[in-house]
Amino acid sequence: MNAANAMPPLLELRGISKRFSSRLDFAARLAARLGAGGRAQTVHAVDGVDLSISSGEVVGLAGESGCGKSTLGRIVARVLEPTEGERRWKGRAYAEYDAPASRSERLAVQMVFQDPFASLNPRMRIVDLIGEAPVVHGLVSPGERDDYVAEIMQRVGLDATLARRFPHQFSGGQRSRIGIARALAVKPRFLVCDEAVAALDVSIQAQVLNLFIRLREEFGLTYLFISHDLGVVRHLSDRVVIMYLGRVVESAGADEVFVRPNHPYTQALLAEIPRLEATKRTYIPIRGEIPSPLDPPRGCHFHPRCPHSTPRCQAEAPRLREIAPGHLSACHLNDSP
Amino acid sequence: MSGDPLLRVEGLRMHFFTKAGVVKAVDDVSFSVGRGEILGLVGESGSGKSMTGYSILGLIDPPGRIVDGRIDFDGIDLTRLDAAAWRAIRGNRIAMIFQDPMMTLNPVLRIDTQIIEAVQAHADVSRESAIARAREALVRVGIASPDERLRAYPHQFSGGMRQRVAIAIALVNGPDLIIADEPTTALDVTIQGQILFEMQKVCRESGTALIWITHDLSVIAGLADEVCVMYAGRFVESGTVADILDRPLHPYSRGLIDSVPSRNERGRPLRQIPGMTPSLLSLGPGCPFRERCTSASPRCVESPDVTEPSPGRRLRCFHPSA
Ligand SMILES: Nc1ncnc2c1ncn2[C@@H]1O[C@H](COP(=O)(O)OP(=O)(O)OP(=O)(O)O)[C@@H](O)[C@H]1O
Ligand SMILES: Nc1ncnc2c1ncn2[C@@H]1O[C@H](COP(=O)(O)OP(=O)(O)OP(=O)(O)O)[C@@H](O)[C@H]1O
Ligand code: SF4
Ligand SMILES: [Mg+2]
Ligand SMILES: [Mg+2]
Repeated sequence: MNAANAMPPLLELRGISKRFSSRLDFAARLAARLGAGGRAQTVHAVDGVDLSISSGEVVGLAGESGCGKSTLGRIVARVLEPTEGERRWKGRAYAEYDAPASRSERLAVQMVFQDPFASLNPRMRIVDLIGEAPVVHGLVSPGERDDYVAEIMQRVGLDATLARRFPHQFSGGQRSRIGIARALAVKPRFLVCDEAVAALDVSIQAQVLNLFIRLREEFGLTYLFISHDLGVVRHLSDRVVIMYLGRVVESAGADEVFVRPNHPYTQALLAEIPRLEATKRTYIPIRGEIPSPLDPPRGCHFHPRCPHSTPRCQAEAPRLREIAPGHLSACHLNDSP
Repeated sequence: MSGDPLLRVEGLRMHFFTKAGVVKAVDDVSFSVGRGEILGLVGESGSGKSMTGYSILGLIDPPGRIVDGRIDFDGIDLTRLDAAAWRAIRGNRIAMIFQDPMMTLNPVLRIDTQIIEAVQAHADVSRESAIARAREALVRVGIASPDERLRAYPHQFSGGMRQRVAIAIALVNGPDLIIADEPTTALDVTIQGQILFEMQKVCRESGTALIWITHDLSVIAGLADEVCVMYAGRFVESGTVADILDRPLHPYSRGLIDSVPSRNERGRPLRQIPGMTPSLLSLGPGCPFRERCTSASPRCVESPDVTEPSPGRRLRCFHPSA
């Protein structure tokens, strides 16, 4: 495309997998030893994901509940270690940034967690939750802290006079803004937003999304934006990545995905977007068996629910490949003429 | 609906008495829900929706207190119940699905233990049939491999799966009233569709009344019969879904409907209601929306009364949109 392509991507994931194995509890271990079933369960939360993100790009990540979005986001943000695969930042492996001197590079990737309550220490006041890290890392002096916190709180639409309160004294949406403020406070270059605006009502959601757009323009911030809300994903993203049961099934420019979805799963997902019409509708449950990452279907993970499934789909996992410039999809249908 | 509604909330006020002053989290809110009916309770973040739900369920802790109002549930005044009476009602006749699923789930207990406990607390059934019910409940909310998942702990679930387990627990005893506090905001559309389908079915088939708290008007649009809008702890307007979405009278509801992303152009700043929610600490008399309202006049420094512009429709505004 252009000269920017010569630079390594800001972030690159190569063959990232994450498996969680449940340890058996005592009774199950005993049963297993006696030969009565009860084998350890393994969840393939993320299964061989390749992804690169350029500086300043906004990548939207969408897909069904449990498909591995948060797990992938956590791996990007270093909250979790992958079971397999490599993560690179500005062309160098993450591990190369482990030295204490590279602390500022590690701060460059921040995460806004899906579950704001669980990620906020209940015994800390808001001013400390937001202001501690920037002071520790020398971004602001202790004397400037309170003003700095007040400014960030205002940016995310929080009343700065509430800085001395504890997390439980806030409403759900206010708490999720505290999480956003905390991530922004260390001036990151890359933000993993996990359902960051899900708990916000539309007017505040609009404010926060506008803030994200502005920060990107002002500071060239890069985002991995995880959201189940496809309206939000479309509004914000340059590129959209769709996951299904731990794998990336489609990736393309935002308009392309919404106008010409290729993968049957993406097509099904788009058909479900709720609309603001005051006609009462009868909700229709999703078709087919809901897949389990404990026991994923063979071949293409989507085949049990796919209206176009063929015998090949049941046997062989389709590769993610380019079907048009910049448009990747993992579906066998693209092979037939 | 014939006869009395199942739940009638009248003039509810719930305040927090903090060191910094009184936070009027709920300040004069009224609505009612009949059997089999779905009421959408809508309002922006911090407007007092969750606290209204907590008040109905008697879950207000100091320094919070219900200072005024009545909550009638099937002939019982819920504001006067003692702890023993609450134990028989909560989780049994009235269930709540919390915004944060970890308010329902105990992080150190397996899912099966938690659901079985919820069943056996209110019904004299064997462990086997409690497990069968637990399994059935997980299937209803779309959890695959229910047998394996029953033996898992909450941290082994994704965010959306935890919320679905909390929903399963709320449904398991067949309550008369369910208060659902934004339970689907973190769920993708396919699962959300399934949950809404199950909820609608429960209401139609078992006559369960449902209060659905949300800021997401597109969910309300397809789900609710009636809508009640709140702003800064106060009642703003109510009516049928079609009334509120197609002909909002209050400037706040109109702003809310206009800021939905699908009505805006991609990549452009979204239309937003100017300004911020006022601090509930320093909220004086008068319409709380006046600072952000484009229709406001000097008159709005007084509190508008609730009027009934048409049958079944109630409103608190001096200058409703035509
Ligand atoms: N600590 C863990 N131990 C075991 N399994 C886990 C753990 N964390 C996640 N999982 C499993 O990994 C899978 C993917 O979870 P993840 O949280 O990434 O999903 P998600 O796409 O973010 O879903 P949601 O939209 O519901 O938040 C799920 O099946 C979940 O049960
Ligand atoms: N323990 C507390 N002490 C003081 N104020 C509180 C406390 N808990 C909640 N509040 C305040 O009460 C108000 C109403 O909170 P509530 O949780 O009902 O909002 P909500 O409408 O549910 O918002 P959201 O959509 O963000 O969840 C908020 O402004 C909140 O800051
Ligand atoms: S009462 Fe006045 S300030 Fe309040 S919404 Fe109506 S016009 Fe606006
Ligand atoms: Mg998640
Ligand atoms: Mg709430």
